[in-house]
Amino acid sequence: MKKIISGNEAIALGFGDSGGVFASGYPGTPSTETLEEVARLGQVYCEWAPNEKVALESAIGGSIAGGRSLATMKHVGVNVAADALLTLAYTGVNAGLILMVADDPGMHSSQNEQDSRNYAKFAKVPMLDPSDSQESYDMVRAGFEISEQFDTPVMLRTTTRISHAKGVVVPQEKIAPQVGQWVKNVPKYVMLPSFGKLRHVELEARLLKLQEFAEATPLNRTEMRDPDLGIITSGVSYQHVREAFPEASVLKLGLVHPLPVRKIREFAASVKRLVVVEEMDAIFEEQVRAMGVDVEIGKNKLPLCGEINADILKAALGGSKAETIRPVEGLPQRPPVFCPSCAHRGLFTILSKLKVFVSGDIGCYTLGALPPMNAMHAVIDMGASISAAHGMAKVNAIAGREEKPVAVIGDSTFFHSGMTGLMSMAYNGGNALVIIMDNRTTGMTGGQENPGTGETLQGVPVRQVEMVPLVKALGIDNVAELNTYDLKETEAAIRKGLETPGPYVLIDKNPCILRYKIRKPAMSVDQEKCTGCRACLRVACMALGLTASGEKQKVRVDPNVCNGCGVCKQMCKFDAMHEIEGENYANL
Amino acid sequence: MQIFNIVIAGVGGQGVLMASKVLAESALASGMDVKQNEVHGMAQRGGSVISFVRIGDQVSSPVVMPGAADLLISFEPLEALRYSHYLKPGGRLLYNKVAINPSTVAAGMAVYPQDVEQQIAAACANAHGIDALAIARQAGNGKAVNMVMVGTVMKFLPLEEDVIREVVRKITRGKGVEVNMKALVGGAEA
Repeated sequence: MKKIISGNEAIALGFGDSGGVFASGYPGTPSTETLEEVARLGQVYCEWAPNEKVALESAIGGSIAGGRSLATMKHVGVNVAADALLTLAYTGVNAGLILMVADDPGMHSSQNEQDSRNYAKFAKVPMLDPSDSQESYDMVRAGFEISEQFDTPVMLRTTTRISHAKGVVVPQEKIAPQVGQWVKNVPKYVMLPSFGKLRHVELEARLLKLQEFAEATPLNRTEMRDPDLGIITSGVSYQHVREAFPEASVLKLGLVHPLPVRKIREFAASVKRLVVVEEMDAIFEEQVRAMGVDVEIGKNKLPLCGEINADILKAALGGSKAETIRPVEGLPQRPPVFCPSCAHRGLFTILSKLKVFVSGDIGCYTLGALPPMNAMHAVIDMGASISAAHGMAKVNAIAGREEKPVAVIGDSTFFHSGMTGLMSMAYNGGNALVIIMDNRTTGMTGGQENPGTGETLQGVPVRQVEMVPLVKALGIDNVAELNTYDLKETEAAIRKGLETPGPYVLIDKNPCILRYKIRKPAMSVDQEKCTGCRACLRVACMALGLTASGEKQKVRVDPNVCNGCGVCKQMCKFDAMHEIEGENYANL
Repeated sequence: MQIFNIVIAGVGGQGVLMASKVLAESALASGMDVKQNEVHGMAQRGGSVISFVRIGDQVSSPVVMPGAADLLISFEPLEALRYSHYLKPGGRLLYNKVAINPSTVAAGMAVYPQDVEQQIAAACANAHGIDALAIARQAGNGKAVNMVMVGTVMKFLPLEEDVIREVVRKITRGKGVEVNMKALVGGAEA
């Protein structure tokens, strides 16, 4: 039956329909919904790992034990899993293994826009690049077949516009899962140097076979139309090409590593102008040029940064573009912001006031860097808040500077890779204040379970990892709890943490209001008492605003948005803010 | 048929994605090709959200380009103005008149344009605003703003209204069905 589903949902469905047995992953936009959908479909065992390396390694174990396995992650997650990936390429697989990686050209929700196709080249593994939901579905099955036929892991790569775009999918006949033998094979799976050397030779031979496969497979197809213009492309770029130049001939690559050399040469010879359209890096173009084939338009006219779309293609290739009106200018921006009544708001109100250097991390709290908080000063990658703060403190000590850095990290990020940094800080005599915002979920990606939630991806109740004993076990003596809804208490606790020498950890245990659906009575402002001093606006809550008219603008609360946390009330020196007893109108 | 391009805009938490799903499922149920796409990175409430629905015999790109939308549906006036350039000449705009402050305005760093409705009228000759929140509350839940807006645009879509109603009935669970059906009717009559 036809369905309209996203690329992520299609991969999940394809996994279940293609004999999938085991899936693991770590949440990360735009990959997250894939594993959530595997769980929702309920046919295959799946789990969240605390990080991408664990996810891939678990999938490797699943494959060795004979079950078709899937690991899912976002592009930067592959950096974490790369240690496993590059040696997995040597060992190969038992049952089929797919690493699904979701790239984010345009950086809609990422810290960089690295092109995962580089990893396929780097690790010397085949990569599939679907161009819509149907192909996302079909390529899971094709991926398992390639994986098992060639004894290799397969990377299935999407981009945001594939993962999050919905299209029509017609499912194939379902294959029942079959678990194969669990075999001991030391030279294949034990990568001692002596065995690794032999496997490397195997790997290079396998790549040559895959290159032959690439020439023949229907995954790479030539669509001959007008021979004046020939375009080599893949993924969502294929759709933009079809939109902008429906008459052009296209070599559509589905298997994007290794490339079909003869097929590319034949295509190039059959068209007048050869164009390569690919988002981000010039991976195809460099290889095509290295074949001695001339490319008229590639990255000389098309961007290396951000997404490609039909208008960009028309501008570069000289097509007719519809006349467009310019966007209305000067409108107030509407950036993402802490939810009304989020526990992070109180923390950043105080950090902003104290003007400390905050070493931040990846999560909702990264928004603390934006105005008016301006209370985060470095964010690199998952877990870096703590390790970077440690390095800062060491250099500060050498420089004779007394200021202590503050690291802010969430629970999921702490479990992912903050723990090792904290252990290092304790071990190496560090000197930073670490604040763990332990809201018992992976908030930024939509509230996924983690080892602190007390529940697995498939809803099984489990023991929660408790933060205080964990932090103590890593070697930290000074651990205290924090309640960021109480501004005075929060300020006092942070000051104490800054004044106490050595590593100091504060843990806020307030749960994510979004995931746990917490509702409180809304606030209102007594217009007689409000002086319009705007002190409350420093908490940066979208429920607050100024009255439209009057001699002096006063503050009002939007009852459609307020969720009654009372942080703004604590900023008011004139007792102008009160809860409306029992009322909550919030709609968001 | 020519491709019919819809852009849906709003504020994170208003249900833009659910409204998009209703339109996409309705197109599928009507035997058409459809692509729907939005960028949803961050889970927080309050950011600007935009979603595309493209309906036709065969749809390639999931993205609607500026100047190409037949219909812009906005759940908030400032967002209607922000994305008004997505409309093609003669395109239609339907929007909810209830404003939600962006964080920049709430923090006193920017001013919400008081003449937003006049600016919308200047940007689009074919614009119509309704109080979708009041209608949603009447239907039984302020969160049904998205279904009110779907109700409002039903008669302008290349889809049968009955098909849309059936899809809404199918994808909403429990008590929500009655509220959403009322919201659709309320929107259609507004």
